[in-house]
Amino acid sequence: MVHKQTGALALVAALLLSTSAFAQDKRVVTWNADYDPIPLAAAEAVITDFEAANPEIDVVLTNFDHEAYKNAIGNFLTADPPDLANWYAANRMRPYVEAGLFADISDVWAANGLNDALASSLPSMTIDGKQWGIPYTYYQWGIYYNRDAYAAAGLEAPGEAGVTWEQFLANCEAFKAADIDCLTTSSLEQWPVAGVFDYLSLRTNGYQFHSDLAAGKVSWTSPEARAVFAEFAKLQPYVSEGHAAIKWQDAAALLVQGKAAHFVMGNFAVGVFKEGGMTNDNLGFMVFPEITAGVARAEEAPTDTIHLTSGAKNPDDAKTFLAYMATAEAQSKWNAAVGQLPTNNTATVDPADPFLVAGFEALSTASGGIAQFWDRDAEAEYAKAGMDAFQQFLVQPEELEAILERLEQTRLRLYPQ
Amino acid sequence: MAVTTDMRAATPAGPSVRRLNQRALAPWLFLAPGLFMFAVYVLWPIGQSITLSFYDWNGLYNQDGEFTGTYVGMGNYAELMTDPAFEVSLWNNFYWLALYMLALPAGLLIAIFLNQTVTGIRLYKSLFFFPFVISQVVVGLMFAWFYAPNFGLLYLLTEWVTGKGIAILADPDLVTFGIIAAGLWPQIAYVMILYLTGLNNVAPDQIEAARLDGAKGWRMLWFVVLPQLRPATFIAVIVTVIGALRSFDLVSIMTKGGPFGESRVLSYYMFEKALGEYGFRMGYGAAIAVVLFAIMMVFISGFIWKMWRDERER
Repeated sequence: MVHKQTGALALVAALLLSTSAFAQDKRVVTWNADYDPIPLAAAEAVITDFEAANPEIDVVLTNFDHEAYKNAIGNFLTADPPDLANWYAANRMRPYVEAGLFADISDVWAANGLNDALASSLPSMTIDGKQWGIPYTYYQWGIYYNRDAYAAAGLEAPGEAGVTWEQFLANCEAFKAADIDCLTTSSLEQWPVAGVFDYLSLRTNGYQFHSDLAAGKVSWTSPEARAVFAEFAKLQPYVSEGHAAIKWQDAAALLVQGKAAHFVMGNFAVGVFKEGGMTNDNLGFMVFPEITAGVARAEEAPTDTIHLTSGAKNPDDAKTFLAYMATAEAQSKWNAAVGQLPTNNTATVDPADPFLVAGFEALSTASGGIAQFWDRDAEAEYAKAGMDAFQQFLVQPEELEAILERLEQTRLRLYPQ
Repeated sequence: MAVTTDMRAATPAGPSVRRLNQRALAPWLFLAPGLFMFAVYVLWPIGQSITLSFYDWNGLYNQDGEFTGTYVGMGNYAELMTDPAFEVSLWNNFYWLALYMLALPAGLLIAIFLNQTVTGIRLYKSLFFFPFVISQVVVGLMFAWFYAPNFGLLYLLTEWVTGKGIAILADPDLVTFGIIAAGLWPQIAYVMILYLTGLNNVAPDQIEAARLDGAKGWRMLWFVVLPQLRPATFIAVIVTVIGALRSFDLVSIMTKGGPFGESRVLSYYMFEKALGEYGFRMGYGAAIAVVLFAIMMVFISGFIWKMWRDERER
């Protein structure tokens, strides 16, 4: 049973639901989520399957507005905890784990062999050696490009293997000559720029360095960090001007119109590109080029998760549902509907969608590791300071010393040595 | 007999107690609902914010509903002193305050211009008042599109004139002024309407007398009209100062404080630190709020003091 409720209606509906559930003598599992319409429909379908297999359990989903969810979760976890709540992996879940609001579900992982099935997500779900949630979807990041723009600049579009970093920069020069932005991005919402930085960092120094950087263990004035900014500086002249004042959808429009050639983005942007009129023929995807030879390729794949709350009233049935959400069956179904990738490595993706296939391939062969994204790997305040810095560097590359100095001060304040 | 004496004894006491009640109690009874609201929704939160500003707290209670913050004394304020982002926000607040004052002469000018009897003047007046009717969010969106790179009108205009478009909201030096300009648009309309009503109350005989004495133009405005507009000016200054200090919605809609925090104002910085997507520092946010409150108090006490003095003179 699925019910979408907001605000005061939720209370009334919840009362009605609890009575109706009581009448049917089912055990209720409550689940708070923040889904847009398509993921919500997918979740409803998964719940229907689950209830068919477990007729004595009634999963009641309360859907929240996406933007309001962050403030709501802080309140409902203490005031009126549901059994299950949606959230995100890695450092994003840390405040709730440390406040004791999310429950340890290592037993669910152990009992269902999830350490193998969800192996790629194990590090990001583990804090203090325990697992705190079920990852059920992620999506790849990479470079989306417009083949028509390549043609307009008289260049050959990248093949299956992508391009080398030198070739990429050389192409950028050619795009510039053709008055096309080589790389478009948006820094009005700062996270798209963080994606670019993440890849530069992962490709220059590898996963471990990037992870340490996000955790505040590495100095911003170290030679390795400077090397990342040196690569960033090579890219900087080719980034769309005015990126600080446009939304990512506006940047996507530049790509669609052929005014820009590349966009470092997550796979969710494909829907926007296609709404703008692009097709599988002129929209391309490639992994970010290798920069330092020999560095194991790591990819970004932000993971969405479901957590058992510490105040859950029906933890046993909630764990049954969590175990179900970890199965290949549930994940294949949910992700096929939403167009994202299942985290369960035995799940399947739609072979007709070249971007999903490419993403699944890119992630499953990423020997370097899976990063979550800057604002999930780094602690919230540190992430924000970093994104301010990346944005400023794109606008004022000559301020590099001041930027690194400020970041280093922030790091020393947040992580006293 | 006994009854009458009793009554006599009671009569003087009865009404006087009631009169005393009326004098002493009734005002408080009438004030009670307002005082209650003021205490619960204004005084208590102020007290709570000030208390919170001495703590380091991420906004979460633990499972048992216990407060998880730690007391840091003046730590948050000490950090504010060395926080470059706070300095930028403070300066931007200052720019807002200073430039918002332009709404006063501009509003007065339009009010005087519109204060004439021509056919259809009501329509013109309402057209000038129009921006104030629109929500700030819509004003922000409109100006964001006006300034937008690639398709914004201003961008295209500057591109046409100079060959290179200016994306105001992407330029760290111009961004605050771009937002202030957006804010001034409705604020001028507001001040204009205040002055228009004020102009209705300007005594025609004084204008007549001044005219007979040969006053016109600036001297007429400065020595005859403006003194009579003092109440309107007073209100206009108050609403403009408060409007400038609480400028949050435009910043949030147009730039989210960016690029890299150059357009933040105190109220937005507080939101970002305490409540925004990456904000988990309730104590630090509260400290910013307290600073903003202190700045506002300077102005508010000034206004209250002036109002109180005026009441006394009367």
